[in-house]
Amino acid sequence: MSIHDEHAVHPAEKREIRVRVNGVERTAQVEARWLLSDVLRHEWHLTGTHVGCEHGVCGACTVLFNGAPVRSCLMFAIQADGGELLTVEGLAQSDGTLHPIQQALHIYHGLQCGYCTPGFLMNIYAFLQEQPPANLSDDEIREALSGNLCRCTGYQGIVEAVRHLLQERASNKIQATQAVATEEV
Amino acid sequence: MKPARFTYHDPVSRDEALALLTSYADDAKILAGGQSLIPLLNMRLAQPAHLVDINHLTELAYIHEEKGGIAIGALARHRDAEHSAIVRRLCPLLAEAMPLVGHAPIRSRGTICGSLAHADPTAELPAVLLALGGHVYAESHEGTRTIAAENFFISELQTTLHSTELLTGVWFPAAPAHTGAAFLEICRRHGDFALVGVAAQITLAEDQHIAEAHLALVGVAPTPLRDIHSEELLRGELPETGIFREVAARIMSMLRPGSDIHASAEYRRSVAGVLVERALSLASERARQSIEGEEKKR
Amino acid sequence: MSMATRTFGMPVARKEDPRFLTGSATYIDDIDLPAMQHAAILRSPYAHARIRSIDTSKAAALQGVSLVLTYRDLVATGIAAQPLPLLIPHPALTHPHTAYALAKGTVRYVGEAVAMVVATDRYIAEDALELIEVDYEPLPVVSPRELDSVVRPETPQIYADTPNNIAAHLVQQVGDVDAAFAQAAHVFRRRVTIERSASLPMETRGVVARFDAFERILTVWDSTQGPISIRNGLAVLFGLPVDKVRVTTPDIGGGFGVKIMLFYSEEVLVPLAAMKLGCPVKWIEDRREHMLASNHERGQLHDISVAMDEDGHILGLRDIFWHDTGAYCPYGIIVPQITSCQLPGPYKLPTYYSDATVVYTNRTPVSPYRGAGRPQGVFAMERILDYAADQLDIDRAEIRSRNFIQPEEFPYDVGLVFQDGLPTCYDSGNYPACLERLLEMIDYDHFPEQQQQARAEGRYLGLGLGCYVEGTGIGPYEGAHILIDNQGEVHVATGVSTQGQGHPTTFAQIAADILQVPLEKVHVTTGDTQRFQWGAGTYASRALVVAGNATALAAQAVKEKALKIAAYALEVSPEDLELVDGRVCVKGAPSRGLSLAALSIISNPIRYAYGAKAADLPASLPPREPPLPPGEEPGLEAVRYFSPPHATFANGMHAAIIEVDVQTGIVKIRKYVAVHDCGRLVNPQVVEGQIYGGVAQGIGGSFYEQFVYDENGQLLNANYLDFLIPYATEVPHMEVDHIETPSPINPLGIKGAGEAGCIPVPALMAAALEDALRPFGARVDQMPLTPTAIMQLITGKQNTSAQ
Repeated sequence: MSIHDEHAVHPAEKREIRVRVNGVERTAQVEARWLLSDVLRHEWHLTGTHVGCEHGVCGACTVLFNGAPVRSCLMFAIQADGGELLTVEGLAQSDGTLHPIQQALHIYHGLQCGYCTPGFLMNIYAFLQEQPPANLSDDEIREALSGNLCRCTGYQGIVEAVRHLLQERASNKIQATQAVATEEV
Repeated sequence: MKPARFTYHDPVSRDEALALLTSYADDAKILAGGQSLIPLLNMRLAQPAHLVDINHLTELAYIHEEKGGIAIGALARHRDAEHSAIVRRLCPLLAEAMPLVGHAPIRSRGTICGSLAHADPTAELPAVLLALGGHVYAESHEGTRTIAAENFFISELQTTLHSTELLTGVWFPAAPAHTGAAFLEICRRHGDFALVGVAAQITLAEDQHIAEAHLALVGVAPTPLRDIHSEELLRGELPETGIFREVAARIMSMLRPGSDIHASAEYRRSVAGVLVERALSLASERARQSIEGEEKKR
Repeated sequence: MSMATRTFGMPVARKEDPRFLTGSATYIDDIDLPAMQHAAILRSPYAHARIRSIDTSKAAALQGVSLVLTYRDLVATGIAAQPLPLLIPHPALTHPHTAYALAKGTVRYVGEAVAMVVATDRYIAEDALELIEVDYEPLPVVSPRELDSVVRPETPQIYADTPNNIAAHLVQQVGDVDAAFAQAAHVFRRRVTIERSASLPMETRGVVARFDAFERILTVWDSTQGPISIRNGLAVLFGLPVDKVRVTTPDIGGGFGVKIMLFYSEEVLVPLAAMKLGCPVKWIEDRREHMLASNHERGQLHDISVAMDEDGHILGLRDIFWHDTGAYCPYGIIVPQITSCQLPGPYKLPTYYSDATVVYTNRTPVSPYRGAGRPQGVFAMERILDYAADQLDIDRAEIRSRNFIQPEEFPYDVGLVFQDGLPTCYDSGNYPACLERLLEMIDYDHFPEQQQQARAEGRYLGLGLGCYVEGTGIGPYEGAHILIDNQGEVHVATGVSTQGQGHPTTFAQIAADILQVPLEKVHVTTGDTQRFQWGAGTYASRALVVAGNATALAAQAVKEKALKIAAYALEVSPEDLELVDGRVCVKGAPSRGLSLAALSIISNPIRYAYGAKAADLPASLPPREPPLPPGEEPGLEAVRYFSPPHATFANGMHAAIIEVDVQTGIVKIRKYVAVHDCGRLVNPQVVEGQIYGGVAQGIGGSFYEQFVYDENGQLLNANYLDFLIPYATEVPHMEVDHIETPSPINPLGIKGAGEAGCIPVPALMAAALEDALRPFGARVDQMPLTPTAIMQLITGKQNTSAQ
């Protein structure tokens, strides 16, 4: 038995974590094995992030952690302690005005059942953060979108939405990313 | 699919991490990026009693020039290497491989060293390390071992790391001037593990002959495969189809790949040959372009 | 002069999008009730085994576990101790077998439910599963490479009472096919296979149940395509009056057929657990479970022959096929029946013989997946036509054209019995126009030149096309309730449920158009038995056709009532009135009118008028004795049903140009076009979205999606790393055009579109591969194909190792 066990989190024990989620500090008492996706959804009731496979392939659970896109099903919540999360709930303004990425998916019919949509939104958000060139080819846009599965749309509307966003950004109509909305708890 | 119970440790120092590994050894698994481990935990295919999370060891998140190469610490993420100017400048083969590692969210968390320690036979980074003849640093309470790439990968998902050891870093040699690199792989879907992959790096001499060649394959054996003799065959030759084909044929004759639901042994063998030719050709072309680029500057 | 509202036929952006975009939709796992507990299911690791004993004591003793159930407990409770229902019996289904909610002594596929645990959270529930000790005695497994081997005498028998594992033998015929073959100038024959895959929506299944012991009301939230049937079934099962059982569908993350069953085990077990525990219980399926235990489809083997004259006209078609129904046949033989009926497609078959043997295997049971047997039938038909074209040296488009049913030949009776038990009678269509447009879009005439040029450069291009007809909009019926409230808001409720097809928008468009109100004022509820309780469900490309038409009829009825009430209030005749922009006013004197809100208030002759719009009412209304005339009902509302006489037949034709890297067997789709006819379009954007999604699934079924079972019945790829669903990089840009031949058999003239996209894809991809690899003499008889299989077509070497 190691002397370090006193700092360890034993099974069925909990540790308090503090995470800044969509600009708001949140706390939770978590078991070490609880996945970040489950804590987001069931402790903090931010159910916009969806679970599709729990092995990192479908992308439905994608959120931004410390500014980078991650699969929330492949992180333990305890690992997010002290960090910063952006989820789909943080995209729209507090008055309900949709983020340009959300608006683009809406116009181009880039969603049907909506289950994969938050994952795509966060992936696209992260992608646009990288300041990609406006004249990306269809193949290059699809490459950026690979890693997120959609079973309904055949991706067509999503690709068109991204193309529109790249063009709009190029003509400076929108910022690459808008400020994170502060959300009421 | 929820993980089984474990005792969770998140040491704040290297010493603490190593002490935990010494205590728990085979009962512990190291959690770095978690992109390979957590799926196994979620599916309960792995049920370690202890999980040692090393993500607080931020001093290991380095990528820097060192001793004629690049030293990368255990917590450097794929994403860091993908965007690193140092990697791009000094290690073109690694730079070529990085975008092929999974998808962006996997690269945000996954680590270079984690990928090496996991040793998936279709993973790209073990092939890069092996092709270039780099080495890794394995630390335990007993001290640090330097393990050369050719002595590191034993079999599928198996390395010579002891369960009391932590892979704290890796070293890739820098490419000389006039070097071109290519990593080509066949995947059924973009971002998947490769069915077959080839890492190739070619350095050209002033007279356009091949001065140095590095070649490794994935997906054709339980570990990445490097054939030094093929590299020797290439040395001194002009980079042309003839010699590439000869090397490809030699390699194909050596291969005894496995069969699974994704590809047959025969497929892996014959496509390995195709990719060897294509990768050598592309790497040579890039080496040539780097010479031309320099000449333009003069 | 104001413009009448016109939303029908417009590509309106969807009303329901905001909550999906902002993450505020409510899917089954988003439901969180006080004191709710969580279930997990123990599933068989064996494909066929006898259960000698089950010891649940350790699991029950684990802290946090509230309940462990096995079959024995079902017997003790007296609920669900009988086999789960058989949907859609059929005389040909002579040996039906359905499963028990929890295995009774024998398991017959990997994934079959053996026990259920309920605990304070899912993590603990899964811990408890590992503590349940089951003593299995493995039995011989039926898990064939070739489906027709299942009936051989040496194959083990899964059921003692089912010789040769044959569940059903369905024969349908038209005319004397033997005579046709005997006289034909040419006979061609192929043996073709489509492999098993599944719907695999992004959201797995789930059930939440709560039982109010005081009121004896059972409330169930179920990610199902058929909530009314579930409600009715549960009422019977639990001995509750129908109005004491409420089934609501939350937002559903895709269905594609897999979410329609009566029942999956959990749909029974979760309500039972809620009743036993006295607290709400939730079960959410994980992905691995979904792949093992939610129904599959597609596995069929066809031996198809065509008899033709010198010019490629079909004289007769004979199709002998085997359909893999898995370990049970909960959905009857609907899928092979559809295969049998839809295989003829748009072609005239003077004689036809279809012989289907439905076989049991020790694999996951089979029920419809988008396309529901049509992709298999179309594959067989299109392959034999391509083969015949090749052998007769007739152009592939031309041979199809020669055999088309012509526009003037509608209605065209194929001579078969469709899945609804009614004649397969095509109501309308224009196949020649469809083909002409298709060939134009794919630039068919210039392709040979393109192909030749590519070959000269060492590149291999191929073109394939596929045609299908799809029976949609089957009965028995659906209904709609429309109510206009005191604020002028229009509330539409219908029994079908929604999994992303845009019902809240498309049904609203229908109602908005008739009632002349803006789309924002129409609110559609689907899939809540409390709001509407008669109907069948969302499947078979029927929801918009049947419930949409019911919505139109209800809207029309509400409109007529509005006119009648306005006539009374304004003291004019209804013929002098018109409904424009949400107001009923006198023709030619628009200032004399009443809003729908006002009419709603007037329709309820109580003393107090309430609502903001009450101020709009006239100071006094004409007196009436009695205030509510005989035969009339209060409220501006109506319920109407639509029962179609039979299916309405949509059709489509797709084509693609692919490039094959002959050194690696990797395929790139260079161009994809589709021409689609679903009659009048309610919302073109929604229809196109359905097609794009279907095509993506079809591409999956051509190159990626195949369940691989070993000889022990173990599913080797029950995860997303090994079972491959296409990402955006594997799906091409698609061009879609529409032809509209309205349906003459429903008021709106619409046909279904939900399944269309996936139907012809494997057929045309096989054709494109053969075309690209013609220099290698390739023949494609099986889909999907891996790069290894494609390389074998090129090298001509058959693979002997495990694949």
